[in-house]
Amino acid sequence: MKATLVATTALLGLTAVPALSQTVGISIPAATHGWAGALNFHAERTVARLAEANPDMEFVLTTTSDPGQQVSDLEDMVATRGIDALVVLPFESEPLTGPIARIADSGVWVTVVDRGLAQEGIEDLYVAGDNDSFGRTAGQYFAQTLDEGAQVVVMRGIASTVDNERVAGFEAALEGSGVEVAAMDHGNWNRDTAFNLMQDWLSRFPEIDAVWAADDDMAVGALAAIDQAGRTGEMFVVGGAGMKEMVDRIRNSDPTVPVNVTYPPSMISTAIEMTVLGLTAGAPMSGDFIIASELITPDNAENFYFEDSPY
Amino acid sequence: MSTATHAQTSAPRRRRVNLTVIAPLVALLVLIGIGMALNPNFLSYANITNVLARSAFIGIIAIGMTFVITAGGLDLSVGSMAAFVAGLMILVMNLLTDSMGPGLPVIALGIAVALLAGLAAGFINGILITRAGIEAFILTLGTMGIYRSLVTWLADGGTLSLGYEMREMYRPVYYGGILGIAWPIIVFALLAILGEIAMRHTAFGRHCAAIGSNEKVARYSSVAVLRVRLATYVLLGVLVGIAVVMYVPRLGSASATTGLLWELEAIAAVIIGGTLLKGGFGRVWGTVVGVLILSLIGNLLNLTDFVSPYLNGAIQGVVIILAVVLQRNTGAAR
Repeated sequence: MKATLVATTALLGLTAVPALSQTVGISIPAATHGWAGALNFHAERTVARLAEANPDMEFVLTTTSDPGQQVSDLEDMVATRGIDALVVLPFESEPLTGPIARIADSGVWVTVVDRGLAQEGIEDLYVAGDNDSFGRTAGQYFAQTLDEGAQVVVMRGIASTVDNERVAGFEAALEGSGVEVAAMDHGNWNRDTAFNLMQDWLSRFPEIDAVWAADDDMAVGALAAIDQAGRTGEMFVVGGAGMKEMVDRIRNSDPTVPVNVTYPPSMISTAIEMTVLGLTAGAPMSGDFIIASELITPDNAENFYFEDSPY
Repeated sequence: MSTATHAQTSAPRRRRVNLTVIAPLVALLVLIGIGMALNPNFLSYANITNVLARSAFIGIIAIGMTFVITAGGLDLSVGSMAAFVAGLMILVMNLLTDSMGPGLPVIALGIAVALLAGLAAGFINGILITRAGIEAFILTLGTMGIYRSLVTWLADGGTLSLGYEMREMYRPVYYGGILGIAWPIIVFALLAILGEIAMRHTAFGRHCAAIGSNEKVARYSSVAVLRVRLATYVLLGVLVGIAVVMYVPRLGSASATTGLLWELEAIAAVIIGGTLLKGGFGRVWGTVVGVLILSLIGNLLNLTDFVSPYLNGAIQGVVIILAVVLQRNTGAAR
């Protein structure tokens, strides 16, 4: 359905404004871990498809690994490419708010993805995952599955607002269930750190019933450590974001990896598509578009498995 | 040169030198004492094995770094280099599995690729530093960025993972061992002993110290300065290759976050161990103690809720600064 929508809007664009070429700037974080890698994969794919469907439209895609560089990239886009619309996933909210506000003031359409800006009302369109729902969905599963007094360890991501919102949602869902969080620490969304952390927790606690690794990269590290300690079967591990390997284990009904929670990196495609539609279709596109986190279970796992994705 | 100084020092000076010699050991013992008090499982076989095995990667690299720093050089690229070599190794092994089928030859070729890639990377660093005369700090800062980008590119922004069958077959290289001692620990120990012998009892070790101490004098003493310095970088590259051979079977994957900040941990371990950052004096066994101190701090913080995990870096920082403060005395005495 998406494809047909794009095709028709492309036709409309061609017939309506044949001479006027428009430029869309896209600025996202560099592919330094699995989720961001998938984000890049989906961004590139969407740009390739849209560029083909809209020959009169130009796309500028930049990736950055720190907030300072992202600001420079945005300045370059405005100064040298004269962008008409900007799709941006801010590396950090605070430092990017001012620069993006200036771009919005100059009349450029702004779509902000995932990480909100520090000030409201700047962007025309906001497309994001729901971090509270991400933590809450996992927490609800823990509260329903585990008995009272069960011991849970929690691996958080890099200290950030995203991480805080997720953990707050998780803790809120656990409240009153009697499930105890034995330890909580930062695994930094990193396999190696998670592996070391899990090893140390396994020596520290004789009994662990479940692990919440708030990202599938960390779940991979945790699973390796549990396997090494020979304690597979004692506990289950719930990661998040829907990594291919994890979804595969869920659809095979692996008892160690019973479920997963989505936080789709393909939201960048949603953002780019809607921005281009806003430019070409003349249909209203502004507002907030929040993509809820869903629980992946053996019953629905097939819908969340993407063979070609790197993640 | 260092042996001569030690032999000639008078009694009071020797006492001061001894203090800097035992300081890292005392720190290590204090950490072990704290660990025993905090958690009864600290001295358990599993915990000790975990800490030693995970120290092995940075430990093996830090042994090479000891030689580079002793010879007055520096290498900031080792973390990125490890990630790139690991990515390359996984890529090659996956390709070979497709054509040859899973088996020992694939593992042997994969290991050969890792060692050769490490050697080549070390050679490139070394040749550009010695022949093109580029400052080591700047050159390796450059190659650090290059290798990090290359691994991201190889992995297409995601993660390079070893095929399932190969992973199972290769797994024992990290998790297995003999007499209950894991392979990474055995390899780390052997390399540390060889490194200590090379540093203390061979012409190569003495030449490294001579170059780091005073390059001109070393040249007039007919030390092949450029060749020795090049050799230190090549040695470090090969050791990065060996570390990768141990690292890949652990999680069977490499991504852009592999080996992040390893270079700084390796340099910190070298300095904590008593090697002079400005070159001229190196101690491999001290480096081993430094590596253990750094990974024990992380382990202890995970075993307790007593200190906020946010402060891990701060505690490591204090240890590094203390180590350099102690070194200042050695520097003045020399």
